[in-house]
Amino acid sequence: MSEIIKVENLSFSYGQSEILKNISFVVEKGDFVGLAGPNGAGKTTLVKALLGLLSPTQGKIEFFERKHGVFSDWGKIGYLPQKNPTINPLFPATVSEIVSLGLLSQKKWPKRLTAADKKKTDAVLRQLDILHLEKKMFSELSGGQQQKTLLARSLASNPEILIFDEPSTALDPESRESFFSLMQHLNEKHQITIILITHDTSYIGRYANKLLYLDKELIYFGNFSTFCQSDKMKSYFGKYEQHIICHQHN
Amino acid sequence: MEFLNFLQYAFIQKAFLAGSCIALICSILGLFLVLRKMSLIGDGLSHVSFGAIALGLFLGLYPFYVAIPIVVLASFLILKIAEKTKVYGDAAIGIVSAIGISSGVILASLSNGFNVDLFSYLFGNILSISNTEVVLSIALSLIILITIYFFYWDLFSATFDEEYAKTTGIQISSINVILTALTAITVVLAVKMAGIMLVSALIIFPAVSALQISRGFRPAIFISATISLASVILGITLSFFADLPAGATIVILNTFFFILAITYKKITL
Repeated sequence: MSEIIKVENLSFSYGQSEILKNISFVVEKGDFVGLAGPNGAGKTTLVKALLGLLSPTQGKIEFFERKHGVFSDWGKIGYLPQKNPTINPLFPATVSEIVSLGLLSQKKWPKRLTAADKKKTDAVLRQLDILHLEKKMFSELSGGQQQKTLLARSLASNPEILIFDEPSTALDPESRESFFSLMQHLNEKHQITIILITHDTSYIGRYANKLLYLDKELIYFGNFSTFCQSDKMKSYFGKYEQHIICHQHN
Repeated sequence: MEFLNFLQYAFIQKAFLAGSCIALICSILGLFLVLRKMSLIGDGLSHVSFGAIALGLFLGLYPFYVAIPIVVLASFLILKIAEKTKVYGDAAIGIVSAIGISSGVILASLSNGFNVDLFSYLFGNILSISNTEVVLSIALSLIILITIYFFYWDLFSATFDEEYAKTTGIQISSINVILTALTAITVVLAVKMAGIMLVSALIIFPAVSALQISRGFRPAIFISATISLASVILGITLSFFADLPAGATIVILNTFFFILAITYKKITL
């Protein structure tokens, strides 16, 4: 298995407040990592640091053995943000236009979209069963349809890594089930590495093969079998939460 | 068709030509500015252009040649203040705008007689546009349109979702610099048409009208440009026949189209 994300001694502070402390871990190709932790544990901060949206106070991050700053192949990474406050609700963009934004990371300036790009966006829309929405305005979609559109945007560039921040919060139970099944399909059949932040530990246990538990510092990183058998983790979490995660994984 | 005879006048032809170019760039840039909640930067920069034009007149130089670089620099100053200090963007616009106006007033009081010239820029007059200003308007409008064409998808992505745009390698700070620099040039050109007091209306009105009724971003560009061009062409024509100030007439027509767009939206959507 090749290392595709390597994080070493990563720390991040907002002023005096330390959000992440000395985090180190390695993600290998094909991993499905569930990223969990209590509110304020630094999960979103870690993801934003991985994506280059925040600069760490110290430490280093490598993608495909290339340091941040040197690594430029952002098309290999798809990102689906939390219910996104930075999306402009008045912007009159169609579903098709939004999905095509996922292709921009592969384009050299001046960026132009071609007929071949249109085929790629159509293929992703078809894969997610939302091709019929392509001409619809984003602002007119339901929460679930908006989330699927943003997922399609993150898949458009055929990424090797997908990073999701609480992707299932806007979804009803049925859509959530099909969303996680799709993640599993992408992970198992296409060997796409997935990092997924979620509070929903039952889903992590069912789909992810590794758990990264964060509470400003790294509490646990490794596979579920070790986690589930660990007395240290049992005493840290208390029986109940570990039982839920492990039960769903078995 | 006798009334079309007015098209024979050179000053009308120049007004239509330069006015159409300015209308086009205001309407397209306006969409990005309105959607990025930066529309008041046009207002702030028009106030800076008051100070810059005053400086040009004070030094005996052609006002536009002084105003363009100063207003572009002022646009960068707004970005820097908002980025490097604990000052929000709208407050940064207010600060730079106040510096522009106050500098203009001081220079006007120090001068011996260019007050009349300076105050003519407050309300603009496209019908008195010079040959140099026409050439400048066409050339700079072309540069602005070409720049928007080349950065279209970067601007689109950064305007729809800034955070995601960053993850695809788009440099948001560079996009903001490009957008504000283009706005600064546009504002200086538009001052001749609508005047310092009304220039921001040319940027805001067509965009907000288009956003009421458009379904997609490209249709929004088309509708915004159409409304802007129609307002300028009709406004200049009306101002000629009814002896009205052109800038104010163009803005009132823009208001009319805005009301029309809201009404259409209420009826159809």
